[in-house]
Amino acid sequence: MTTSETKPRAEEHYLAAFRDFQTQRAGRETPWSRKLRANALQGFNATGFPIVRDEEWKFTDVRPITERAFAPAPLHQLNGLASGGIEDFTLGDLQSNRLVFVNGHYTPELSQLQALPQGITLGSLAEHIAHGSELVQEHLARTAGTTAPSPFTELNTAFMQDGLFLHIPNGLVIEDPIHLLFLSKASASPVMTSPRNLILVGANSQVTLIEHYASTARDEYFTNAVTEIVAGRNAVVDHYKLQMESETAFHVSTMQVQQERDVRFASHLVDLGGRLVRNNSNAVMGGEGIECTLNGLFLIAGEQHVDNHTVMDHARPHCNSFEVYTGVLGGSARGVFNGKIFVRRDAQKTDAKQSNRNLLLSNDALINTKPQLEIFADDVRCTHGATIGQLDEDALFYLRARGIDKNTARGILTYAFANDVMSGIKVEPLRALLEREVFTRLARM
Amino acid sequence: MSTETSTIETLATRDYKYGFVTEIETETIPRGLNEDVIRLISGKKGEPEWLLEWRLKAYRNWQKMEEPHWPNVSYPHLDYQDIIYYSAPKPKKQLNSLDEVDPELLNTFNKLGISLEEQMRLSGVAVDAVFDSVSVATTFKDKLAELGIIFCSFSEAVREHPELIQKYLGSVVPPADNFFAALNSAVFSDGSFCFIPKGVRCPMELSTYFRINTQDSGQFERTLIVAEEGAYVSYLEGCTAPMFDTNQLHAAVVEIVAMDDATVKYSTVQNWYPGDKEGKGGIYNFVTKRGKCAGKNAKISWTQVETGSAITWKYPAVILQGDGSVGEFYSVAVTNNHQQADTGTKMIHIGKNTRSTIVSKGISAGVSDNSYRGLVSVLKDADGARNFSQCDSLLIGDTCGAHTFPYSQVRDPSAQVEHEASHLEGGRRPDFLLQSARYLDRRRGFDDRQRLLQGSFPRIADGIRRRSAKAARHQPGRKRRLKRRVMSFSVGARRALHLLRARLAQCKTTKIKG
Repeated sequence: MTTSETKPRAEEHYLAAFRDFQTQRAGRETPWSRKLRANALQGFNATGFPIVRDEEWKFTDVRPITERAFAPAPLHQLNGLASGGIEDFTLGDLQSNRLVFVNGHYTPELSQLQALPQGITLGSLAEHIAHGSELVQEHLARTAGTTAPSPFTELNTAFMQDGLFLHIPNGLVIEDPIHLLFLSKASASPVMTSPRNLILVGANSQVTLIEHYASTARDEYFTNAVTEIVAGRNAVVDHYKLQMESETAFHVSTMQVQQERDVRFASHLVDLGGRLVRNNSNAVMGGEGIECTLNGLFLIAGEQHVDNHTVMDHARPHCNSFEVYTGVLGGSARGVFNGKIFVRRDAQKTDAKQSNRNLLLSNDALINTKPQLEIFADDVRCTHGATIGQLDEDALFYLRARGIDKNTARGILTYAFANDVMSGIKVEPLRALLEREVFTRLARM
Repeated sequence: MSTETSTIETLATRDYKYGFVTEIETETIPRGLNEDVIRLISGKKGEPEWLLEWRLKAYRNWQKMEEPHWPNVSYPHLDYQDIIYYSAPKPKKQLNSLDEVDPELLNTFNKLGISLEEQMRLSGVAVDAVFDSVSVATTFKDKLAELGIIFCSFSEAVREHPELIQKYLGSVVPPADNFFAALNSAVFSDGSFCFIPKGVRCPMELSTYFRINTQDSGQFERTLIVAEEGAYVSYLEGCTAPMFDTNQLHAAVVEIVAMDDATVKYSTVQNWYPGDKEGKGGIYNFVTKRGKCAGKNAKISWTQVETGSAITWKYPAVILQGDGSVGEFYSVAVTNNHQQADTGTKMIHIGKNTRSTIVSKGISAGVSDNSYRGLVSVLKDADGARNFSQCDSLLIGDTCGAHTFPYSQVRDPSAQVEHEASHLEGGRRPDFLLQSARYLDRRRGFDDRQRLLQGSFPRIADGIRRRSAKAARHQPGRKRRLKRRVMSFSVGARRALHLLRARLAQCKTTKIKG
C-alpha cells in the first residue's frame, strides 16, 4: 500500500511507546502481567485502529485520535494539585469512598476511604497487579472484549495504569457509594491515560459505583478506559458513569458486565463532555432471572461527537432487560446510538425493552441511530423503538399560554426530555450535580 | 409420532407447487460472460448502438466491482462464468395475439393459476408475461394504447420508444449503482416498460409475470415505470421458478419515476423456488428496486410478499426528492427451511414535508434467517420530513433467527422519525391455542394457529384490498366496470393471501407433542 510507505501506521507509535512504558514500569510488574500486556499489544497491532468501513465504527471516524501521537501518561506527579483543587468534582456532602486518579495514577493524598466490612478488598488495581493478586490474575482481562472485541480495549490492556480493584465476598454490602474520580490535568504533551477497573461482587452482595471522568485543563488528551464487572448470584450492582471530560478531549470506554443468576444490575451513563467520545456498554446475562438496565443520556453541542454502542446479550432464559438512551444535540454535534439485543437460542421467556429518543436543537446537528435485534429463540418478547424529533408543539403551546416565554418553555421541555434517564439515578447528590450541569448546558445551547 | 404431529407433518412436507419444467424449445447461449456475450445478447434483440454501449460501460464498471457481502446471508461463491445469460423460447414469428402463443406456454401459465386468457376475460388485468427473460405477450395493449399508456416488453420499448428509454433508463438506478445492478445493466434480457402520460389514470392493474425455466440460467429482467404529472398506476409483479438442484441467480432492476402529483403502486408476490428441505437449490434473488418521487406531491408505494427464493437480498427504496412527496413500504417476508432473507427499504428524504411509512413483518420458521434492514435518511433542509417505521417479527420454532437492522440518520431538526419494532412470542400463543384446541378438534386447532400467524400481517393484505376499494370508489363508472376493477385488484390480494397461507402451512411446528 502506498500510504503505509509514505506514512508510518498510527499503531507504530504505540508499539514504540510500549517499549519505554515497559522499562518505566520495571519492578511494578509480574511475569504474568508483562505477558498479558504484550499479548494485548500484539492483538491491538494485528487488528489496528478501526476505520469507518468497519460496521461497528461506521459513523465514528477515529482518525482524530490516531493522527495525534498520544504519549502514555508519564509517572505520577501531583503538580500542585492540592485537596482544595478537587472540590469542584466531589459530590457535595456525599458520604462516599473516594478514590482519585490523576492522569490515570492513584493519588491517595486526594482520596478518602472509609472503614469497610471485614473481608472486602478495595484499592489500587496497579498495586494488586504488582503484588500478584490471584483474584486479579483470575479475572483481569477475561471478559472485556469478549462481547464486542475492540482494538481500544486491547490498547488499554497493554497500557493500563491504575483504577479500582474491588472484591466483595459473598453476602456483604458496601453502603456508601464508591466514587472513582479520574482527573486529567495539563501536561507538556498530549497524554493518553488508560484507567482500568476490576470489580468482583460476590453472591448476595451489594455495591454502588460512580465512575467520574473530569478535567482541570482544557488541552488535548485521550482517555481510554475499561471497566470489568463480575456480579455473582443475586448481587445488586448500581453503576453510574459521568463523562465530563474537557471539550477538547478524546474519550473511549468499554464497560463489560458479566452476570450470574438473579443479579440486579443497573448502569446509568451520562455524557456531557469530550470532543470525540465512544462508549461501549456490554452486558451479558449468563444466568436466569436477571434484571439488567442500561440507560444513557448525552447532551452535546458545538463540535462534539458522541457514540454509544450497547449490547444486551440474553444468553440464558427468564431475564428482563431495560434500556433507555436519550440524546439532546445542539450546534453541529453528532450523535450515534447503536443498541444491540441478542437473544440466544436458549434464552426463552426473555423480555427485552429498548428505546432511543433523540432531540435535535439545531440545523447542523446530526444523529445516527440503529437499534438492532438479533433473535434466535421463539418464546420471547422484545421491543425497541427509536425516535428523532422536535419538542411537542402542543406542550410548548400549553406552557406559552401560561405566560412562560418561548425559550424558558423550550428549556423546561428539553429538561423534561433529558430527565427520563436522570430520574433513574438513585444517588441524590449525584443527581443534584447532574441537574445543575444539564441546566447550565441547556441554557447555553 | 402422534397422529396430530403427523397431520401437520403432512402439510409441512407439501411440495413446492410450481416446480415443474415446461418442455418448450428454448434458444440458449453458451455459459459465461464477456463483452462478446453482451454483444450477442444485444444483437439478438436488435438493439441500437447506444444501448450496446450502455451495456458495455456497465459491464466494464461491474468488472471493477466486488460482490457485496454485508447482508446477513451466506452462500457459496458464485461463479459468474457458469451462468447462462440468455435463454428465450425459440421465436417462430412476431406474435400478434394470444392465439399465436405456444399452447404449451399458455398451459404453463394456466398451471400457475394466472391464465392469460382467463385474466383477460374475467379480471381485466393486463399481463405482460416474461418467460425466461423474453416477453411473450402483452394483453390489453390496444385498450391501454387508446389512453396513451405504453405497457410493453422492454425490448419492444427499445424499438418503439427509444427516446423514452434513453431518457429514463438508469436515471434512478445508475448502471454502476451496485454490483448486481451493474451486472443486470450489462446483461438484462428483457422486462417491462410502462409509461403513463400526463393526467392519465391507468384503468386497470398492470401485471407482469416472471418465470425462470432453464436450469442454470439467470433471470436479469429490467422494469422501468414512468408516471408523468398527475398520472396513476398500480403494478403487480409475480415470480416462480421450477425446481432444480442448482442455485439460479436472479438479479433484476426496477426503476420507477413519478413526476408531480403522480402515484405509482408497485406490488410484488415473490414465490421463486426456495430450494428443498436441505437447502439444496433455489433462487438467489438479488434485486435492486428504487423509485424516485421526482416531482412535487408524488407518491410511490411498494408492497411485497416475499415467500420464495433461497436467498432474498432486496431493499425497495424511495428517493423523496419532490416537496411533499410520499413513500410507502409494506412487506411480509416468510422464510422456512434453509431460506435466508435480508430485506427492507430505504427512504431518502430530500424535499420538504416529505413523508414515509414503513411496515414490515417477518416470519421465520425451520432453520431460516429473516432480517429486516432499513435506512431512513433525512437530509439537511428536508424540513418537516416525517417517518414512521414499524417492523415486527415472529419466530416459529427455536432453530431460526430474526434480525432487525434499522438505520436512521437525521440532519434536520424539524424532522420526526419514529421506529418501533417488536418481536412476538410466536411459538407460545399458537401452541397454547393448539393445546387447548386439542380436545375439541385437531383440525380446527391448526386452522386457529394459522389464523393467529396470519394476524401478524393483516395490514399488508389490507393494503392491497383497501387499494382496490379506494380505486373503485374514485372512478365512477358503470357497475360492470366497477365490479371488474374490484375483481382485478383482488386477484393480486387473493394470490398473495393464498400464497402466504400455503407457505405458513409448511412452517413446521416443532413444539407440539401428542
